[in-house]
Amino acid sequence: MLSKKERMKIPRQAMPEQAPEDRIHNFNEVPYGYTAELARLEADRCLQCNKPKCIDGCPVNIDIPGFIALIQEGKFIEAAQKLKEENALPAICGRVCPQEEQCEVKCVTGVKGDPVAIGRLERFAADYERANGEVAMPELQPKTGKLVGIIGAGPAGLTVAGDLIKLGHDVTVFEALHAPGGVLMYGIPEFRMPKEVVRAEVDYLEKLGVTFVMDYVVGRNSTVRELLDNEGFHAVFIGSGAGLPSFMGVPGENLVGVYSANEYLTRANLMKAYRFPEYDTPPIRRERVAVIGGGNVAMDSARTALRLGGDVTVVYRRAREQMPARDEEIHHAEEEGIEFKLLNNPIRILGDENHRVTSMECIRMELGEPDDSGRRRPVPVKGSEFIMEVDTVVVAIGNKPNPLIPQTMPELKLTRWGTIVVDEHTMQTSEEGVYAGGDIVSGAATVILAMGQGKIAAQSMDHYLRTGKNPEPPPPPDSGTPAA
Amino acid sequence: MFKILHKQEVAPNVHEIVIEAPAIAKKAQPGQFLILMADEKSERVPYTLSDWDADTGAVTLIVLEAGHSSRKLILMEPGDQIEHVVGPLGVPLEIGHHGTVALAAGCYGIGAILSIARAMRKARNRVIAIVEARSHYLHYYEDQLREVSDELIQTTIDGSEGIKGHAVDVIKKRLEDGEQLDLVVVVGCPFMMMLTGRETEPHKVRTLVALNPIMVDGTGMCGACRVSVSGEMKFACVDGPFFDAHAVDWDELWDRKAAYSQEEIQSVERTEPVVPLRPGSRTDTL
Repeated sequence: MLSKKERMKIPRQAMPEQAPEDRIHNFNEVPYGYTAELARLEADRCLQCNKPKCIDGCPVNIDIPGFIALIQEGKFIEAAQKLKEENALPAICGRVCPQEEQCEVKCVTGVKGDPVAIGRLERFAADYERANGEVAMPELQPKTGKLVGIIGAGPAGLTVAGDLIKLGHDVTVFEALHAPGGVLMYGIPEFRMPKEVVRAEVDYLEKLGVTFVMDYVVGRNSTVRELLDNEGFHAVFIGSGAGLPSFMGVPGENLVGVYSANEYLTRANLMKAYRFPEYDTPPIRRERVAVIGGGNVAMDSARTALRLGGDVTVVYRRAREQMPARDEEIHHAEEEGIEFKLLNNPIRILGDENHRVTSMECIRMELGEPDDSGRRRPVPVKGSEFIMEVDTVVVAIGNKPNPLIPQTMPELKLTRWGTIVVDEHTMQTSEEGVYAGGDIVSGAATVILAMGQGKIAAQSMDHYLRTGKNPEPPPPPDSGTPAA
Repeated sequence: MFKILHKQEVAPNVHEIVIEAPAIAKKAQPGQFLILMADEKSERVPYTLSDWDADTGAVTLIVLEAGHSSRKLILMEPGDQIEHVVGPLGVPLEIGHHGTVALAAGCYGIGAILSIARAMRKARNRVIAIVEARSHYLHYYEDQLREVSDELIQTTIDGSEGIKGHAVDVIKKRLEDGEQLDLVVVVGCPFMMMLTGRETEPHKVRTLVALNPIMVDGTGMCGACRVSVSGEMKFACVDGPFFDAHAVDWDELWDRKAAYSQEEIQSVERTEPVVPLRPGSRTDTL
């Protein structure tokens, strides 16, 4: 048994990864993941606090010290099962959660040194279980005879499905696209989220008894109301995502060669355009690509463009410190040779006589007073316009909620941004028996926030299905005591 | 998986494909479209619905053999399974009482106006169906259209059948002769839709065109199908497919439609059937 002091002496273990000069030529996953030795070494850094703060930082309340203790003991499969008690999709969260601002930021070893690499350990345990034999099935509660419809097979919907099937309900997930996974499938690239991992997580839910219906557009094939009134569903969860790309509203945005990040990434990821012509969808393979935006989606687009053989520049109107992308993603992008033009804003896109993009005019920005988000507002520098030669522009400035379900359910209450209004304690919408979560509620957020909302929704849906009522609101949070 | 119930070449390179898709047939309305993928590696390509039967669950499409994706579909036989069919997508055409409705169509649009004509007539409109083709042998659905319209006019560009010229020539002449048209709906290639709009505009006849730009998901998610209408950005998949012909930016539409022509040529050279060909099936296209 290591002493606390000995544990704190172990440095945070890096995850081996593909070298930048290799990985820019392939779509394989960048980090290889921990080996068993590295995982145990990293796990030994965990002090097993009496009152672990890391759990408070986790939107889905994973027993973090619990699963890490099992890794310390070399019980990797058991560690994966421990994770799955609270999180049906650990292989996904281990890869794309922003742990640095959730669990890891609260880790006490991070006060003086580096926090325990919780995300990497989560990924290790889940990958180990998948690679080593049969994935264990949890015990399912007795069937309740209640049927739940879930709209959208993305992170929120998959979470609700996993929780409710375990609680004994029958679950059908409707997906409009031809493959389940939502943003994990169409948005996040293979090199960051291997599709095989998504497939395995979906297979696991299918084995638990969840029914997946692809090619089914709720709002068109059935409305939410029809699911409830005519098709035998006792409750419905809407997790339809942020499905309508925003554009900048500058001249030239409809030129050939301007893409939403959604389209750019969907072609590459869901349609596997990078394997054209083996797959039929053509990729967007150009020489000089500008990606507009500073979030994870912008980083994903830029790194995809790079792998398709382009010179890539990220154009972002604020400064580096204000980029919403994870540091790790920005770091990977920089390592791979992507250029960053920060504090620059596109003002128009120019094209040739065939309406094809030839260049983009930008203006330099400087930081002014803080805006509503607390970030200093970028303001244009007069007379600093300049032209960048580009043949492709990818607009990655966010999404608006997809209107298909609200349009076909006029009674559903919406915010003025078009997102669905929910009670945050239950995730119930304005309509009884109808719950919602993920980006259709929060706008454009993260996979784990969608999953966290899915978990809350699943709990209240379970209560509703059993009692006909939502759970009582929780008591006001107590002040709490600091962890050891 | 969606079974092909029936397939027939109704004119050279024009195929009627009937697919078993009950969830679509139950909800389809005139003017909507489907997205098909012949197999898992296919592109997602939109096709306008021609007809459907909610009782049997069958939906009918007219597929023009135009490129790699349509060719893959056409090489399939009754009994084969299409991997993915999704729909009905798009905002249905508003079927109401308008008065006299002229439906102008060419190529796949001839099939697409079948259900529109039927619904318009049921709504007590006087329906004139005007269908154009290069030559007499390229016309199809004559009997079907005659049954659901008050008047069927066929035109051929070479004059081998019906009126010599284009559908737009018929509309132009009728408007010049003082006939009142209350609504014109055009389904066909962009050029035909643009020209028709240009002729109806001075007569202030409301003209709706069914736009068919490149799409990927078809549910509003990707924005590939954006078009400028009255200077505003619209998505053909969720705001359309029908738009005011007089407000569409046609130049932009064309150029966006041609964005992948090089890649399309590359694909066509490599078309392979989804299901290996059997004796008696079409091999001449390979």
